[in-house]
Amino acid sequence: MSKEHHVKPRALAHKDYKSSYKPVWCAGCGDFGVLNALTKSLAALEIPTEQVALISGIGCSSRLPAYTRAYGFHGVHGRALPVAAGLAISRPELTVIAVGGDGDGFSIGGNHFIHACRRNANFSYLVMDNAVYGMTKGQASPTTESDWTGSKLAPQGTHQPPFQPLEMALAAGAPFIARAFSNAPNELAQIIREAIEFPGFAFVQILSPCVTFRPEQLNWKKQVHEAFTPTADKREAYLKLLDDDGIGTGILYRAPRPCFQPDNSVPQSLEAIAASFEVE
Amino acid sequence: MNEAKEKPPDDSFSLALIGSGGAGVMTAGQILLDAAAEAGYFGLMTRSTGPQIRGGEAAAVLRLGVTPVGCPDDRIDLLVALDWGKAEYFSDELALDADSVVIADSAEGEPPVWVTDSGARHYAVRLSELAREHSGLRANIIAVGIVGALVGLDFECMKNTIKRRLTGKGSLLLNVIQTGLLASISETESLQCACRLAPPQPQPRWLLTGNEAVGMGALRGGVRFCAAYPITPSTEIQEWLARRLPEVGGCLVQAEDELASINMCIGASFGGVPAMTATSGPGLSLMVEALGLAVATETPLVVVDVMRGGPSTGIPTKSEQADLAIAVYGAHGDAPRLVLAPNGISDCVTTTQWAVFLAEALQCPAVVLSDQFLGQSRTAINPPKDREWHAERRRAPADIADFQRFGDSSDGVSMMGIPGTPGSEYTATGLSHKPSARPSAMPADHRLQLDKRRRKLEQFDYGDDWADIEGDGSLGLLTWGSTTQAAREAVARVCADGSAVRLVSLRLIAPLDPVRIARVLEGIDRLLVVEQSHGAQFFRYLRAVCELPPHTRSLAEPGPLPLRPGRIAAALRVLEMEQVK
Repeated sequence: MSKEHHVKPRALAHKDYKSSYKPVWCAGCGDFGVLNALTKSLAALEIPTEQVALISGIGCSSRLPAYTRAYGFHGVHGRALPVAAGLAISRPELTVIAVGGDGDGFSIGGNHFIHACRRNANFSYLVMDNAVYGMTKGQASPTTESDWTGSKLAPQGTHQPPFQPLEMALAAGAPFIARAFSNAPNELAQIIREAIEFPGFAFVQILSPCVTFRPEQLNWKKQVHEAFTPTADKREAYLKLLDDDGIGTGILYRAPRPCFQPDNSVPQSLEAIAASFEVE
Repeated sequence: MNEAKEKPPDDSFSLALIGSGGAGVMTAGQILLDAAAEAGYFGLMTRSTGPQIRGGEAAAVLRLGVTPVGCPDDRIDLLVALDWGKAEYFSDELALDADSVVIADSAEGEPPVWVTDSGARHYAVRLSELAREHSGLRANIIAVGIVGALVGLDFECMKNTIKRRLTGKGSLLLNVIQTGLLASISETESLQCACRLAPPQPQPRWLLTGNEAVGMGALRGGVRFCAAYPITPSTEIQEWLARRLPEVGGCLVQAEDELASINMCIGASFGGVPAMTATSGPGLSLMVEALGLAVATETPLVVVDVMRGGPSTGIPTKSEQADLAIAVYGAHGDAPRLVLAPNGISDCVTTTQWAVFLAEALQCPAVVLSDQFLGQSRTAINPPKDREWHAERRRAPADIADFQRFGDSSDGVSMMGIPGTPGSEYTATGLSHKPSARPSAMPADHRLQLDKRRRKLEQFDYGDDWADIEGDGSLGLLTWGSTTQAAREAVARVCADGSAVRLVSLRLIAPLDPVRIARVLEGIDRLLVVEQSHGAQFFRYLRAVCELPPHTRSLAEPGPLPLRPGRIAAALRVLEMEQVK
């Protein structure tokens, strides 16, 4: 006999969603702003800490789950999205949020990004994009400009056009696509909140400066500008992206479609399934 | 319970149906196996095709018996050729001799040289002509009638099976089939072929492939999530589960690749849902990084590897046991995990169920090493029982104080906080960590977790299922996985000559307990280690972990052809003659 007990939900402040761990991030790192905005969003949505799962791969920003009070999974490089998908699909009642950086998400994890957009399982994906590999001390990432010569691994520049996360997400079928800036706390928290509430795969590229290896990104504060208002018209979204300078913010595209969820079947007992092997 | 425990066949009959891909030999083989099972026989049908999916050559190789049959025989009693198109491909695989009978379509002319050289008796039969006389029939059904009559299969059983197999094709066609079957049966009256089986003892039988058996074992164990990427020869596991998981409240996701597959399973299992993926060698290679992650984060998980010929793309449609090393050691760092191997098709149910139970109980990935032979062969067996192994994970209760996700315990197993449970929030990490889960590079923390993760596997009481041990004697045979079936028959043959042989077949490959191995090998002065790999991976692994008798020999043969009982029996007899120093 189970004993029912009704616990009055605790009202949690955003600091209650933070763990006791001190982030390893450099002073001035944009990821602090993302952590703040995320915990604010969770508090505003009043999601109990035990109902939240933050999933990440490898990199500076992928350390974020440990800095929250929630369930977290810090896995291997590039594989946050499949872990998040497996959890979200098998435990649909949880709030699942994948977090990580541009290298983790668009380079080693590029294939998963495309298919997460297509699959549309119900979770959010926050990419802290600083166009550099910070944890391995400053190599070019997929979103790095082609003429950036600051990397010892590509001292002549990458000679490759930067990866376009929003264009890719739109082409691959993501139903929620946004860009935000880590140093615009209110706007960022609002976009994260909408991403969490969105029923389906919600992708948010967050411009999150790396003050150590890309100090020029401190200028983003002056350059970032509002560029998008949500549309469900894909053509309009594409046109917006053609004019995009890479640092415009806002929700670009929001067009809900059915989430990936397992088909319902007629329930069978294990005995009935076993009986299907019997010789008639 | 397992076919492993049952005695080898003393009354069996082997036949092969060959033809070009699309000629219907697999359908004919399945009809015969199903009809034999319905009549109460045991049986095994292995599939042999080239690497191409359609076209090319195809052979259905059947062995029917009054008692359980686990492996193909050394030789073929009856060969039926619908055509000689690409028959040469089977010259290594289908051994004929003077006692064999060959039936081929009369329109096909003389058999190829490897057939005539064998001395087998050859009959030209009007297979295609008879089929033409019954419009709507193909030669494969005529072949079914002939074989059924020669073996002594009940006509009603054949008719019923054909009706089920070809259902929906209309009653007119069924009448044609019936008449065609009768015509082909009358054709056999002139054939001299001693292949009639003794009457069976009808009782309930299961008909299934090893891949389906793995699926059933997974469901019984409690798997409710599967993510997988299609790869030969494991795909049928995924296909079977895709239909069955939703019926028990679970689901299957076709992932974008193997890396996604295993990581999705890790995600589901982190959420408390027992998860499994199925793959073959190349896919397992892609999964090893995540396998290490599952070890480090202590996430339960089952990975079924249906081994095929390797390395690299190898031979996708044929069997080998050469993934043992990657299953045991594949990962960087010290990453102990469970490795199990079913030793027969029936045992695919049992071992997979056990793997789910062990993975959940020990919070560790379990690799199950099936292979193409087990996976894609279809067999009639005694129904394997549901064992008392159901996923049972040590979960943290709600609102636990001072939760330590990776806290040490006497058995090395920690409490796992499951998302949704208040009070045990934590972040799992592949980084070396403290008992709290907090990342740490301190030597003592690293050592503690390495110790605990190894200890929990080594201290667990695996009971008596870790190996099948049969017989006694100073001569021993140690083997694993699917090779067990041929080894058992070899042992029976050698014992029939008056020798005493102890057969040990390992089901639990890792962790391997050297004390237990020493105990079962007590009194053995000559030991043969048998496996299907070119590099003797099993033999080398045993040598690294256990003390083996000084006079130990390795019989390691690569795929793709199955190891036959005769080959193993010969090696046993040679070993028996050797002087022990």
